[in-house]
Amino acid sequence: MDSYDIVVIGGGPAGMAAAVAAREEGVEKILLIERDRELGGILQQCIHNGFGLHHFKEDLTGPEFSERYIRRMEELEIPCKLDTTVLEITAGREILYINAREGVTKISAGAIILAMGCRERSRGAVNIPGSRPAGVFTAGTAQRLINMEGYMVGRRIMMLGTGDIGLIMARRLTLEGAKVIAVLARKPYPGGLMRNVAQCLYDYDIPLMLRHTIVAIQGKDRVTGVLVADTDENSRPIPGSERLYECDTVILSVGLIPENELSLSAGVQLDPHTGGPVVDEFRQTSVAGIFACGNVVHVHDLVDFVVEESEIAGRGAAGFVLGRGEAEGAETSGTPIDLLPGEGLKYVVPQRMRGFNGEERLDLFLRVSRVYGRSAIEVRHDGDTVKRLKRLRMNPGEMERVRLNRSAIEKLTGSNLIVEAVEVDG
Amino acid sequence: MSEVAIIGAGIIGTLIARELSRFKLEVALLESSNDVANGSTKANSGIIHAGYDAEPGSAKARFNVLGNPLFDRLCEQLDVRLNRIGSLVVAFSPSERRTVEQLYNRGIHNGVGDLQIIEREQLLSIEPNLDESAQCALLAPQAGIIDPWEIAVAAAENAADNGVEIRLNFPVQAIERDNGCYRITSPNGQIRAQQVINCAGVFADRIHQMVAPPTFTITPRKGQYFVLDKTAGALVNHVIFQCPTELGKGVLVTRSVHGNLLVGPDSVEIEDREDLATTQDRLEFVRRSAGKVSKNIPFSQVIRSFSGLRATPNTKDFIIEECGEAPGFIDVAGIESPGLTAAPAIAHYVRDLLSRTRGALEERGDFNPDRRPAIRFMDLPEQRKNELIRKDPRFGRIICRCESVTEGEIVDAIHRNVGATTLDGVKKRVRPGMGRCQGGFCGPQVLEILARELKKNPTEIVKNEVDSYILTGPTKCGGEKDRPEGIGSMVEQKAAYHG
Repeated sequence: MDSYDIVVIGGGPAGMAAAVAAREEGVEKILLIERDRELGGILQQCIHNGFGLHHFKEDLTGPEFSERYIRRMEELEIPCKLDTTVLEITAGREILYINAREGVTKISAGAIILAMGCRERSRGAVNIPGSRPAGVFTAGTAQRLINMEGYMVGRRIMMLGTGDIGLIMARRLTLEGAKVIAVLARKPYPGGLMRNVAQCLYDYDIPLMLRHTIVAIQGKDRVTGVLVADTDENSRPIPGSERLYECDTVILSVGLIPENELSLSAGVQLDPHTGGPVVDEFRQTSVAGIFACGNVVHVHDLVDFVVEESEIAGRGAAGFVLGRGEAEGAETSGTPIDLLPGEGLKYVVPQRMRGFNGEERLDLFLRVSRVYGRSAIEVRHDGDTVKRLKRLRMNPGEMERVRLNRSAIEKLTGSNLIVEAVEVDG
Repeated sequence: MSEVAIIGAGIIGTLIARELSRFKLEVALLESSNDVANGSTKANSGIIHAGYDAEPGSAKARFNVLGNPLFDRLCEQLDVRLNRIGSLVVAFSPSERRTVEQLYNRGIHNGVGDLQIIEREQLLSIEPNLDESAQCALLAPQAGIIDPWEIAVAAAENAADNGVEIRLNFPVQAIERDNGCYRITSPNGQIRAQQVINCAGVFADRIHQMVAPPTFTITPRKGQYFVLDKTAGALVNHVIFQCPTELGKGVLVTRSVHGNLLVGPDSVEIEDREDLATTQDRLEFVRRSAGKVSKNIPFSQVIRSFSGLRATPNTKDFIIEECGEAPGFIDVAGIESPGLTAAPAIAHYVRDLLSRTRGALEERGDFNPDRRPAIRFMDLPEQRKNELIRKDPRFGRIICRCESVTEGEIVDAIHRNVGATTLDGVKKRVRPGMGRCQGGFCGPQVLEILARELKKNPTEIVKNEVDSYILTGPTKCGGEKDRPEGIGSMVEQKAAYHG
């Protein structure tokens, strides 16, 4: 059985950034495993721009962004197995994979970095009743068909959901000559970035219909129309408000789910709030030596933040296999402090804090569960506020970041840190 | 000229076709859709019933009890998965205990063996997720679960292997008598046959009326279901029925043969025989009703809902007889539940009906009862997997990650007899798209494989029926429209460029 220092599962931006960071820390034997026939992951179908503004201070397209990491992977001579699917991983860090060249093969790793990304919620998962004709696509599937395969998916389109891929695809479909009748959001606010709402909907005069949803899909063979209803304060459809829109296509952008089937096969603990593994500040999961980063941990807004997190995981895993204390020692040293989402928060990552990563500061990533105007994020410990960050506006579509300094935290012991969003008057 | 034409390639038509393929008979199986098993067969509970439900003396009771034990051998020959997990009819109140006792007695009367009534303590020990109000249950160990379209597809394939002509896209528009035989017309051609077997499901009354005055009518009853992720499949260990009422058998909860959890159906009479829409209110009813069985059904893990139609006859029983007004025309109609269970026994009976008019059927010497085994790659031992990959590297490529389906299996499903030609056809046979992402990732790849293997343009590949197109054409600069001959895919070009 071949063995590696670090095996990275997933060759999207998260996996590549983690592998690169681990190599830069001096780890020799790294292997990256990717399902697709090339590296880059979903970025390869994201042919629009807007990537890299934070990380590279440049405005890149998805393929350009990933190309930078592919080059870096080549420079650092990090081997990859493409067109290879991992079937199972174990808590003992054995990895079973399959490909056409080697068949079913088992390898072992000093550390594993999970970077499998996420998948889209489907029609079934959001329970849209009606008939089941062709012409219902998730936004990412439509994006692949259009941008990678070069085929259009429809002419008159109703879109449900305002995830970022959906917003991008509303524009893309319009540029390809389709008519996007409207983009519907169940909630009173859009789910994606305001930047995308402005650049993809407003600039192209695509109606955004907040507080609306599809209650039935019609059509026997191909979609012929949808029934759209208003929604109430609980985002549920209001009976009697239905009206019919004729269309041949429904695009769904109704959420992303971290893809953690492999994580579960190794017994990795998941956080019900994120759908991803519970991780500490090194992005180590509940299983020693298994790290995770990117959208498999929580769904990020920007690839820039994905690679930032993945560098943390890459360094964490490097520390673990090189025996540099922090990550490795963390298992035994002291009691970890749990970070819990309190009032107004959907989740907070990392969920666990061990030794502060040897760094002077620790960034918490979090999402609020509703729209806030003038507000603050507060980090509390035993009733004391250890950090307070004022915000003019927060919405669930935009990830928030809170930076903790070592000095404020390092003497805390025992009980959990609770992170909350609070309204601020005036 | 065929000797026998079978109209309808659902579970009944395919099993009759397969049974008749044992004999020296020219058999044609006609199907209006572009695939077999595309009607009620692909949307039902997939239960092999024990036989205690049906009215004693009815055709339903008779064929159910005869059909159940036939599945072991049939499934072995056709290489179809069958799991006799047993069924429980649970009484959730003292008054329902009487119903359980009645069903027990009815089962004895119908000739169902091995039935027993188990009490609360034992019941909850074998089904710990049942609602606490459970009192007792009728246990029928011979009840099982099966994939109804898998067996119909397998039967059609085996029938075709043994010489049955299968005509898809053959919606019957007219049947006329012509010199002692029948001339069957569809927009895609005509077929003449000496005998006709009407297995047209919800359309069986209309087919009947093409040759004779109405003697029965079919009113479809729609049933809606939820399919839950495989992580929920272990919630129950048996098929769990509620006590039947005058409204029917009620909502059941069961594992599927693939390990998903299936919850449903309701029962509503409808007029439109092609109405397969699910509705919010009925799904809500199913959800509430299933709540009586167990409080622990994780509805957050629903991956799909669907509905199917039962071909309910006004006679309240199966209609399996030669039509008095049309000699040689045999109705096999009104085959609602327990039709799947009854199907193999019905096929035997129809064979005997035919021989009554035709005289003894002569067996072919070369009938092969065994379908070429299905390739279920992930179920193979590791060594076998690697042998297969060495022989055909496409078994080393996973296309559907949720169900772990390889490219090799998909290609095999396309090139078998009665192979898949559509996205749903592939899904029905080897399951890509059946899992939790519902084809989000694998859909475009399956489409590409279909186009490649069938030598079609991707825009010609449909989801299910002929008009269920998926792609509307190339993008402004996309597709294959301006592609010079001999130029590989983007990936290949890039690989060549980068060396």
